[in-house]
Amino acid sequence: MRAVTGFVLLFGVSALLAQHGYSPTEVDEGRKLFLANCAVCHGPAGASVPGTDIGHGKFRRASADSDLIQIIRNGIPGTAMPPHSLSEFQAGSIVGYLRFLADSASDAASSRGNPARGEAIFRGKGACLSCHRVKGVGSRLGPDLSDIGARRRIAELERSLADPDSEILPQNRFVRLVTADGSAITGRLLNQDAFTVQLFDPQERLLSFSKAGLREFAFLDKSPMPSYKDKLSAQELEDLVSYLVSLKGIEKP
Amino acid sequence: MTTRVFLLAAVAGSLWAQVSFDRILHADREPQNWLTYSGSVRGERHSLLTQITPENVKNLELQWIYQARSLEKFEATALVVDGVMYTVQAPNDVIALDAATGRIFWTYSYTPSPQARPCCGRINRGLAILGDTLFMGTIDAHLVAIDAKNGQPLWDTTVAKAESGYALAHAPLVVKDKVIVGTAGGEYGIRGFIAAYDARTGKEVWRFYTIPGPGEPGHETWGGNSWQHGGGSIWVTGSYDPELNLTYWGVGNPGPDWNGDPRPGDNLYTDSVVALDADTGKLKWYYQFSPHDEFDYDSVQVPVLADMEWQGKDGRRTPRKLMFFANRNGIFYALDRATGEFLMGKPFVTVNWMDGFDAKGKPIRIAGKVPTTEGTLIYPGNQGGTNWYNPSYSPRTGLFYIPTWANYSSIYIKAPEEFKEGQRYGGGFPKSPIPFGRTTQNFRKEDEGYGAVRAIDPRTGERKWEFKMTDVTDAGILTTASDLLFSGGREGYFYALDARTGAVLWKANLGGAVASGPMTYSIGGRQYVAVAAGNALFSFALRQ
Repeated sequence: MRAVTGFVLLFGVSALLAQHGYSPTEVDEGRKLFLANCAVCHGPAGASVPGTDIGHGKFRRASADSDLIQIIRNGIPGTAMPPHSLSEFQAGSIVGYLRFLADSASDAASSRGNPARGEAIFRGKGACLSCHRVKGVGSRLGPDLSDIGARRRIAELERSLADPDSEILPQNRFVRLVTADGSAITGRLLNQDAFTVQLFDPQERLLSFSKAGLREFAFLDKSPMPSYKDKLSAQELEDLVSYLVSLKGIEKP
Repeated sequence: MTTRVFLLAAVAGSLWAQVSFDRILHADREPQNWLTYSGSVRGERHSLLTQITPENVKNLELQWIYQARSLEKFEATALVVDGVMYTVQAPNDVIALDAATGRIFWTYSYTPSPQARPCCGRINRGLAILGDTLFMGTIDAHLVAIDAKNGQPLWDTTVAKAESGYALAHAPLVVKDKVIVGTAGGEYGIRGFIAAYDARTGKEVWRFYTIPGPGEPGHETWGGNSWQHGGGSIWVTGSYDPELNLTYWGVGNPGPDWNGDPRPGDNLYTDSVVALDADTGKLKWYYQFSPHDEFDYDSVQVPVLADMEWQGKDGRRTPRKLMFFANRNGIFYALDRATGEFLMGKPFVTVNWMDGFDAKGKPIRIAGKVPTTEGTLIYPGNQGGTNWYNPSYSPRTGLFYIPTWANYSSIYIKAPEEFKEGQRYGGGFPKSPIPFGRTTQNFRKEDEGYGAVRAIDPRTGERKWEFKMTDVTDAGILTTASDLLFSGGREGYFYALDARTGAVLWKANLGGAVASGPMTYSIGGRQYVAVAAGNALFSFALRQ
């Protein structure tokens, strides 16, 4: 039996075979594990060990993902690289993050838009701040994008702008409910159980309801975000993406 | 003051009354105690206590909490003997508590070897008792005997090599003068076994390998040398029929888990239930639920024994000695436990890897439903339609209750794997179709899998009712003779249902996932219900 604790199974590790790619959730998970286990020696960008840059997809002792997983878990005898008590699933998500780091490094070089113009679209014509937040400004209803450039590649950002329904992460799902007095509330699902539901509404309220008292409760099938495919020109989209790619998180003082 | 005096008397009582095997066999005569992992050797997890009823269960209130000094999952079911509770703080500390107040009498701390490598958590599922001695399996594959009065170790037997991946996770089973355990470690390419040890000395009496060696029947179901690393773990406690003198154990998956290519054949006795002579360990019969498994469908359930009339092929109803088995592979089975005859199998969740059975009760596979390098969507998914968390059978309602993962699937991806001693031996991995992150919040839709208690009629496999959760569940089930059902789930509730209808009668939010089976006991005429959730153990009784 692999009595895998829930998260291991459910964060959907695609690890051993590179051709399967890595979902954003896996990359996020790998990033957390990398920062907790690896960044102490390798640094946040993977280049802090002299002569060993693991952030650009080239490795001295491995090429396949499965080799990298083995190295993470077993260490490299005779070097400062120790073994780590991580499952292959966890090690695989770290590899997913390393692959992401390499891709995003090439992203930065290949971004063709103008980030300053992109920021103006983000704040103006795009009205992105009506749902999103960047570095303390904007709505908290949708995902905070302050570090989106550290978590998503160009292609993923382009796809989300053109087709927001193409991938909605579970933590960004919206629900609609109708209370006993007939008022309808749509908001981002924060949590639920057999008896209650918690959500975040457009007025930025943290709300909790007993399911027994609701007339209706349902997930929204579609993202509340509109497609920008026809709302912005190709150049404007490129500018917007280059701005988003530049968002690497809130700098620590 | 009265209570204290009574308690002292109850504790004193335990000093005189040893737990004989006769008491264990007839646990139904003393429902105030909980003498084995399942409450009886029959595995029903059904109590004859009736003070708490569907009418008054709403008056349950918390009596005490024991906060474990451990952040490992709390999967143990406690024992209660004459007012004293014994449980395990993961990984391997034994705690004796006053079952009425939660106060600690003593603690025995066992330090596992740093070589221990339990695949799926540094956990323990409970203890066994015989005489004045407690028995615990450890994550480094030792079997330890402890004096129940003072927590002093009496003997310590090395069951298997921890550095090779062997571990002990389940509560031992006492039969007569022997203590029976089986090894975990199927994810490390072990060769699993079940063994009996002399309760007084810790000396091994017999051993049954779940993977037959050269010259033994069943060896031919393993191609090449694959039997040497074939897995076949034991993850939960077996059961025992004293009239047949047979002990029954569910056997875990073959290794590597998700790639069957290195092990052509049916891979006996993995994913089977085996019936062993309790004195010799000789195999009497077996039934294999999932031949040549590549989905991690180990038979990691307590075999539940029941006696009832069964309609035979000739249409006549005759009394039968039965075994009920809700398997991780998604199918509920009824077997004849004297002979191993397959009587009935019916899915209790969505199943897409098989469709029906041949005349001998072997599942008929669906073409193409195997792990591939690209990935194949299989129902149920890797954690199964159910798993190690115990079901319950109530002879009163005649219903069998299953902790269920409904609508749950995995994408099975296969990869090459070479055996290296002490290393994981998986051969691929399962992937969730939906990328849920590691979070304390629950965003699941119903069609992405949900936890449930499903009540089925074991005569037909038909579902009678269902209690739905929104998250999946790792909680076992307890039923009582007042037709109450207690369970919980990852949502952190502990609740009481009407065992006949599934209606919620009472609930408490314990603030942490219930990943254990509830149990019940009584002290001085007052019934308690105890369950572990998060990192703590909670005990409830009716408001006075």
